[in-house]
Amino acid sequence: MSFDVSNLKEDFPVLQRKINGKKMVYLDSANTSQKPVSVISAIDDYYRNFNANVHRGSYQLSVEATEILEGARDTVASFINAPKRSEIIFSKNATEAINLVANTWGRNNLGAGDSVVLTEMEHHANIVPWQMLAEEKGFEIRWIKVDSKGYLDLSDISQLLDGAKLLSITAMSNVLGTLTPISELAARAHDAGALILADASQLTPHRHTDVQSLGVDFLAFTGHKLLGPMGIGVLWGREELLEAMPPFLGGGEMILNVSKEGFTSNDLPWKFEAGTPMVAEAAGLAAAIDYLDGIGMEEIREHEIQLTTYALQKLPEHLGEMITIYGPTEASDRGGVISFSLGGIHPHDISQVLNEDNICIRAGHHCAKPLMDVLGVPATSRASIYIYNEESDIDALIEGLSKSMSIFGA
Amino acid sequence: MSALEDLYKEIILDHYRSPRNRGELDEPAHRCEGFNPLCGDEVVVYVVLKDGMIEDIKIGGQGCSISQASASMMSEIIKGKSIEEAELIIQAFKEMMDIYESELSGKDEIRSMSSDIDLGDLEALQGVVKYPVRIKCATLAWNTLTQSFQEAGSK
Repeated sequence: MSFDVSNLKEDFPVLQRKINGKKMVYLDSANTSQKPVSVISAIDDYYRNFNANVHRGSYQLSVEATEILEGARDTVASFINAPKRSEIIFSKNATEAINLVANTWGRNNLGAGDSVVLTEMEHHANIVPWQMLAEEKGFEIRWIKVDSKGYLDLSDISQLLDGAKLLSITAMSNVLGTLTPISELAARAHDAGALILADASQLTPHRHTDVQSLGVDFLAFTGHKLLGPMGIGVLWGREELLEAMPPFLGGGEMILNVSKEGFTSNDLPWKFEAGTPMVAEAAGLAAAIDYLDGIGMEEIREHEIQLTTYALQKLPEHLGEMITIYGPTEASDRGGVISFSLGGIHPHDISQVLNEDNICIRAGHHCAKPLMDVLGVPATSRASIYIYNEESDIDALIEGLSKSMSIFGA
Repeated sequence: MSALEDLYKEIILDHYRSPRNRGELDEPAHRCEGFNPLCGDEVVVYVVLKDGMIEDIKIGGQGCSISQASASMMSEIIKGKSIEEAELIIQAFKEMMDIYESELSGKDEIRSMSSDIDLGDLEALQGVVKYPVRIKCATLAWNTLTQSFQEAGSK
């Protein structure tokens, strides 16, 4: 591993915080990541020195604010190797990005007799927008099953894709950590005449993401899981698709002209960015990407594999048969998201005991209730790692879990 | 006492490990389900109501220690009481949760008549109010019981 985690940790103010005298053990980065000083400063700097509305003023301050927003777009385009900067649409988050596709491309292209293929491991953000539209348009939703090892069951993929118009799929499960074969599925979808949307919210923080080599048509992700601020996400789409789609929200910024008779949509990407955009958040997102690039996505992935391997080995070693870990057993097939059940103790009780030692994990259904049904549990506990985590965090988790076992007599 | 011991008092853990009145009741018992969508907790309350009395009560479902212990304690205190008495107990329990919540936020709250009711073991659940997200766990069974009175009454 070519970066030093303990040095890097100092860049993250929240990780320095102690609660009840206990140092922070933050294992909830799949939920949201912590922010380095450079991201916080970029936001602060924007408001202190550059704040003006963008694309409107002819004065210097507004020109500079516009440069910050559009510069962030360039940074994002290069981060995911988008062919064109105009294909980068800023949204509120990944949820809004997927809703944008459902409400524009979906509304124009889906009707009775059509179908959209999802998987059982989707986050609600990639289920509910399609269910909402299906209620209105009457198309079918088909499901790729998840097998007992946490992989997608692709045995009937040809039938599922037959006649489908869209495959909308997570690139990495937020519960199981499973990395899905996006480029393979993109080829299968295209062969069947369907488009493919990848929900890359969990992928982009950990792996080099290249929309061209993945071969997808749409890619959605959020800024706050990759060290950026909350309140900004990204939709990337192929230019010809975006051009053909109607606008999403109406208002300022997204128009070229408005008269009493009607309006003319703006060019890409602004056609999909109604209203005053999130300029400070864009500055923060660009700073986050710069920070990640400074470390290197390959190194980040390598660290994730090392620490995930450590956790997958140590957890059963210390907790034995009491712990059930869901998802692939090989770190190379998964990200650093580790969901588990422990000795019949409810996840809320586990996270409460861990909280006593300032260990932060997620307990619940992780916005993936269909997957909880597949796993046959109402909820799981989930520890998830990022660049600032180290082996001592996993050791603290194990200690906390042992404490939970002694309290609940499991 | 650590905050954790204050929350997970021995009496709560005892009810969690050995829940009282656990099981199901057949018709004509009234069955009512309560869910906490946040954490997936589920409580099923079966009650047999006759002449304004709670003749029998059973609890099903699954969830965290707080939701299950609270349901177990509730079943113990409610069983054999009149619906009227039960409603006062429900009110007193909810006020215990609320009053502590408002004390935490620095507001004064006037205790009502129902606060004279002795909640017995249930007082052990006071520790929950320090953890606002867990209050819903503690009140789940109680809300479900209230709902079952309403449903049974409208039959």
